[in-house]
Amino acid sequence: MTKPAVIVSGIAKRYGKVSAVRDVSFQLNEGEIVALVGHNGAGKTTIVKLLLGLIRPSEGSVEVLGEDPAKGDSAVRQRLGYLPESVAFHMALTGRETLAFYARLKRIDSSRAPELLERVGLAADAADRPVRTYSKGMRQRLGLAQALLGQPRVLLLDEPTSGLDPALRRRFYDLLDNLRSSGTTILLSSHALTELEDCADRVLILNEGVKIADGTIESLRRIARLPTKISVTQTEGDTSLSRMTSCHAWTKTGPDTFETEVAMEGKISLLKEVTANPTDVAALHVTEPTLDDLYAHFLNSRRAAQ
Amino acid sequence: MKNILIIARKEVREGLRNRWVLATTLLLAALSLTLSFLGSAPTGNVGVNQLDVVIVSLSSLTIFLVPLIALLLSHDAIVGEMERGTMLLLLSYPVSRNQVILGKFAGHLSILAFATLFGYGAAAAALAATGTEIDTATWSSFVTMLCSSVLLGAVFIAIGYLVSARVRERSTAGGVAIGIWLFFVLIYDMALLGALVASGGHALPGGLLDALLLLNPTDAYRMLNLGSGEASALSGLGGVAEHTGLNATVLVGALFGWIVLPLSLAAASFSRREL
Repeated sequence: MTKPAVIVSGIAKRYGKVSAVRDVSFQLNEGEIVALVGHNGAGKTTIVKLLLGLIRPSEGSVEVLGEDPAKGDSAVRQRLGYLPESVAFHMALTGRETLAFYARLKRIDSSRAPELLERVGLAADAADRPVRTYSKGMRQRLGLAQALLGQPRVLLLDEPTSGLDPALRRRFYDLLDNLRSSGTTILLSSHALTELEDCADRVLILNEGVKIADGTIESLRRIARLPTKISVTQTEGDTSLSRMTSCHAWTKTGPDTFETEVAMEGKISLLKEVTANPTDVAALHVTEPTLDDLYAHFLNSRRAAQ
Repeated sequence: MKNILIIARKEVREGLRNRWVLATTLLLAALSLTLSFLGSAPTGNVGVNQLDVVIVSLSSLTIFLVPLIALLLSHDAIVGEMERGTMLLLLSYPVSRNQVILGKFAGHLSILAFATLFGYGAAAAALAATGTEIDTATWSSFVTMLCSSVLLGAVFIAIGYLVSARVRERSTAGGVAIGIWLFFVLIYDMALLGALVASGGHALPGGLLDALLLLNPTDAYRMLNLGSGEASALSGLGGVAEHTGLNATVLVGALFGWIVLPLSLAAASFSRREL
């Protein structure tokens, strides 16, 4: 189950004097969804291109499904699916022809193409129109369809949900879940961190070409030790909470609402204290640190260290 | 090999879809029909075979038009796909960069060959249909003209790829392609003519003239079609042809060299290029 599908060890990539990626190592296991997170120009796309073998690392080595992807006409690419950031197609061809072209290049019977188009939510009548007439979202869906051709073992998706509406996004993440359970390794890069939170097993955070964090969201939360935010609304006229504010740093954010931040280990006891008298509490919200917060934290702590 | 065919097929399909094939075939057919019916009017029926006249006119037309069409088709092939982002996706598939170039070459050449054969073939068919008698020698020079026109197209497709593989932007590729066309089709010959005039009637040494003619693919094409047979008398190029030691084999060899060299340089540039 956890045989690594992708092994990246100590890679660096320099373009002239600019170094896009420095000393990055990680592994992707089979049947795992890993989110690659970083600001623009952090080296996400460079890493994806290195995994595809489109560029060669200046240092270090890349191994995908046991092979070096940059070697020759690399048969390993047959088992890779890739969705580039802002995917582009040949404008004059129809969606169906486009898919058939890519299927032939992967030596796959294109008879399954209609099913694939249906899976990504591209209507049959749209599939017979030239790609020129497609909206951004439709192109993105066609891009997904081509990435899924031939049941790839490793999927590399660069900003896969850009241009998709919320319903399609949900459908897309369901699709990823299915693929994961069939053992596909998926590397996702995205800016939509909140979306990744629910689907990613692991997060890799990049900053200026360097990996600054790698782990499950839970483990990153433990490392970051970011406080949980708790907000309580007390029943009208009740004063017990007001009393409590003295012993814990509560801030008043509304007429009867108080908010505080608590470290992970104090969370449960505080909640117990707050809810000791259930009738006093009108509403209670517990907000765990989001991936956004974690990302900001790792970025800031890195800056502070420099 | 299969990948080359798949890519070639896609290029042809795209060419059909965006009307490239139709437009070039119609253009060449219209021009060749015009030349064969209007152009032959002055000669009347004075023993000169009409198709021979057509061969001379069409060869001269080819020298201007076919390189232009070939460069228009090819200058965008690599840099354009890179700029649009389609190359990135294509190369993530199990195809090598050489296969991409060769596939595109096969596709573009098919488009050009189709347009030439049917466009120019229309003129010959029309002449034959109107009852003009055409002997076998003339037919054979017509076929030579057709094949060498396709060959000349292939040369400029290869040159277009070289430009496309080396420049950073599409617009640059377009500019450079136009420059190359002007150089080979107009400037080179004007300079050559100037040199001949400047040498004051003293013929250039034969070896030098040969080399100069082979260094321009359009001149090699011109010598091949206009330097021998009936056409040489009609075009007045027989005089030059007599002074050179260039036979058909050397000329065809030169044209093939002009295909292979730019194409390999293009492949080399493309394979080193970072995405």
